[in-house]
Amino acid sequence: MTRQQAAASQQERSLRAVESPAERLTMVQAINQALKEEMERDEAVLVLGEDVGKDGGVFRVTEGLLDAFGPERVMDTPLAESGIVGFSIGLAAAGFRPVAEIQFMGFLYPALNQLFAHAARMRNRSRGRTNLPMVVRMPYGGGIHPPEHHSESYEALLVNTPGLKVVVPSTPYDAKGLLASAIRDEDPVVFLEPKRIYRAFREEVPSEPYTVPIGKAKVVKSGTDLTIIAYGSMVRQALEAHDALAHDGVSAEVVDLRTLSPVDAGTIIESVTKTGRAVVVHEAPRTGGFGAEIVALINERALLHLKAPVERVAGYDVVFPYALLENHYLPNRERVVAAAKRALEF
Amino acid sequence: MPRKIIHQAVTERLEILDRDGRVDKALLPDLSNDQLLTLYRMMIQMRKLDEKALNLQRQGRMGTYASLRGQEACQAGMALALEPQDWLVPSFREHGIMMLRGIPAHLVYAFWKGDERGDLFPEGVNCLPPSIPVGSQLIHAAGVGMALKLRQAAAVAVGFAGDGASSEGDFHEALNFAGVFQAQTVFLIQNNQWAISVPFKRQTAAESIAQKAHAYGIQGIQVDGNDVLAVYAAAKEAADRARSGGGPTLIEALTYRMENHTTADDAIRYRPAEELQFWRERDPIDRMRKFLVSRKLWNDKKEAALAEEAAAAIEAEVERLEAMPAPSPVEMFETMYAQMPWNLQEQRDEMAKEVGR
Ligand SMILES: Cc1ncc(C[n+]2csc(CCOP(=O)(O)OP(=O)(O)O)c2C)c(N)n1
Ligand SMILES: [Mg+2]
Repeated sequence: MTRQQAAASQQERSLRAVESPAERLTMVQAINQALKEEMERDEAVLVLGEDVGKDGGVFRVTEGLLDAFGPERVMDTPLAESGIVGFSIGLAAAGFRPVAEIQFMGFLYPALNQLFAHAARMRNRSRGRTNLPMVVRMPYGGGIHPPEHHSESYEALLVNTPGLKVVVPSTPYDAKGLLASAIRDEDPVVFLEPKRIYRAFREEVPSEPYTVPIGKAKVVKSGTDLTIIAYGSMVRQALEAHDALAHDGVSAEVVDLRTLSPVDAGTIIESVTKTGRAVVVHEAPRTGGFGAEIVALINERALLHLKAPVERVAGYDVVFPYALLENHYLPNRERVVAAAKRALEF
Repeated sequence: MPRKIIHQAVTERLEILDRDGRVDKALLPDLSNDQLLTLYRMMIQMRKLDEKALNLQRQGRMGTYASLRGQEACQAGMALALEPQDWLVPSFREHGIMMLRGIPAHLVYAFWKGDERGDLFPEGVNCLPPSIPVGSQLIHAAGVGMALKLRQAAAVAVGFAGDGASSEGDFHEALNFAGVFQAQTVFLIQNNQWAISVPFKRQTAAESIAQKAHAYGIQGIQVDGNDVLAVYAAAKEAADRARSGGGPTLIEALTYRMENHTTADDAIRYRPAEELQFWRERDPIDRMRKFLVSRKLWNDKKEAALAEEAAAAIEAEVERLEAMPAPSPVEMFETMYAQMPWNLQEQRDEMAKEVGR
C-alpha cells in the first residue's frame, strides 16, 4: 500500500470507529440508507423510476422512501426508461437532484439516447452553464438466475461516453458512501449496483452520512507477486482467488476499482509497478470490455515493469445465457487463479 | 379565420358475454357450436399450463415465471381469429396463445426454466421468441406486417404487449409506422391494469389505450378482455381487415392480472385484496362455462373429462421437459453468428476443455 492509500484507508477505518452508531447492513440496506439521508439533507434530491414508490423497488432499494418523503419526491413513473432519464435531465437542469432508477441494466437501452445525447453533454453543450447533478442507478450483472435481459453488464458503453461518471461499489460500506458522493456530485453519475451481492453479506455501516470519494480505487488486499484488478461482484471472485493463491504461496494484491470513470490510474499503476503482473476481471464480454482499457493503461504507463502480459478474465463474447448456463459464463475463482498462474509462469 | 374542429374521435368498447354467462344476441359472432367449445377448451388448456407452471416453480423445478391467469380470454379469442399463416410477435405473458398456435408446452416451460432451447419453435410456427424488454416487440410486429403486405400475403402479424408497454416510445413508434405504411398488423394490448406495482392510471392520463389509435390514424377498439366472445369478434374483424389491406388495428383488451407479476413479485404489498375478489367474480372461464351450459353444450361430465384430458396432456409435457438432457455450455457460442468468428472459436474450445465436452 502506498502512503496515500494507507492514509485513505486509515481515514475510512477511523470514520467507522468514530461514528459509533453503526449497523451491519446488506448493500440494499446501505443504499437505502444513503438515499434516505441524502433526501433528508437536501430537499432537491428526488427519487423516480418504475416501482420505486409503493413497491419500494423490485429489490426493495427504495423501501420506505415514499412514506417518508411523499409522492412528489418519490415518483412512480410511467414505464419508459427514456422518459425516466429525459425527465430527470429536465429536473436537474432546473435545479433538482434526481436519482433515477432503471429497473435492470438490460432495460437501460431505451434511455441511452437521453443519457448519451443529453445527460453526458449538457454541461459541455451549454459551455459550462447548465450542469446536471443527477444519478442514474441500476442493478447490473449476473448471478441471480433470472429471465433474459436481467444479467447484463454494459459498463464499457458508459465508460466510453465522455461526460458521464461511472461508479460500481462492491461492499455495503462503499455503496453508501459512493452513492452519497454521486448524489452530491455536480455531474451525471451512473451508479451500477451488483445485484448478485445485494444481500450476499453484511458489513458495518455507520448510521451517519459519510462519503467515499468518486475516482478512488481501493487496495483491499496488499500483496507482492501480482495484482488482481476487479470491480462490482467480481471483487468477491478476486478475493477468493487471492485466498486460493495464498494457499499456494502466492501473494496477490487485490484492487477494487470502485469507480470506472474517471478510473484511478494512479492506484493501478502503483500496484502493477510493484508486482509486475496483473489480472483484470469483469463479467462483461471480453472484447471491447473495460479490461481492455486497464490493459492499455498498464501498457502505456508501466510497460517496463511488466514481467508478463496482463491477463483478462471476462465474460465470453456471447449473449448472456439464460439461467441454466449462467454459472458457466460468469468468471469464477478457478478462472482467476488459472489466469494468475499463466501470468506467474510466463 | 375561424377556430374549427379538425378531428373528433369516438372510441368504442365491446362486450358480448356478461359475468353471468348471458350474451347480447345482436353482437354474438357467427360461431359454430364446435368453435364455441374450442374457445372454452383453449382457456382450460391455458389455465392448466399456467397452474402447472406455478406449481413447478414452487417446487424449484422451474425458474421465475409470469402467470397469465385471468387473461385466458384475450389469448383464446385472438387464437381462434388467426389462420395458420399468421404471425405472433409476443411479449413474456403470451405463452398461452403460443401453445395454442403449436408451440409445445415443454418448450414454454424450458424457456421459463432458463433454457434457451425453449425458444427453438417447431418449423412452420410463425412466432418470434418472447420479448422481455417491455414494448420493444411491437415495432417488429409492424415490420412483419409490412413484409406480409409487400409479399401480398393474406396474413396478419399480431403484436402483443401490456398496459405498461403503452408508455414506452416503441409502442407509439409501432402504431405510427403501422399507420403510415398501412402494415398488416394487429396490436393486442392486454390491459391487465398493473405493470408490476404501478396501476394503469399512472401510465396515462387518458381513459383508455384504445383511444390512442386515433392519434396515429388507425383503428382502435376496447373490448372486455374477460369476454372471450368480444375478444374473438374484435380480433376477427381486425385480422380480416388487415389481411385484406384495410390497415392496422389497436385492440385494448381490458382484463386483470390475477397473480403476482411474476413469481418473484409480492402483489400484496401494493394492491388491495378487494380488487382481486372483484375480478375473481368476472373470471373469463366461469362466464363462458355458464354460457355453454345455458346452451346445453356443456355439463359437469364434460367438464370433468376435459379437466382430466388437459391435465394429462400437461403432465406428458412436463415429462418431456424433464427428459431433456441438460444443455451443454458450449451451446452459448453456437448460435451467435452464421459463421463463428475466431474469438468465439477460441472461447468455445476453452469452455469445451473446461467442461470436458
Ligand atoms: C424496457 C423494460 N423496462 C422494464 C422492464 C421490467 N418489467 C418487466 S415487466 C414490467 C411491467 C410490464 O407491465 P405491462 O406492460 O402492463 O405488462 P404485464 O406485465 O402487466 O403483462 C416491467 C417494468 C422490462 N422488462 N423492460
Ligand atoms: Mg399490465
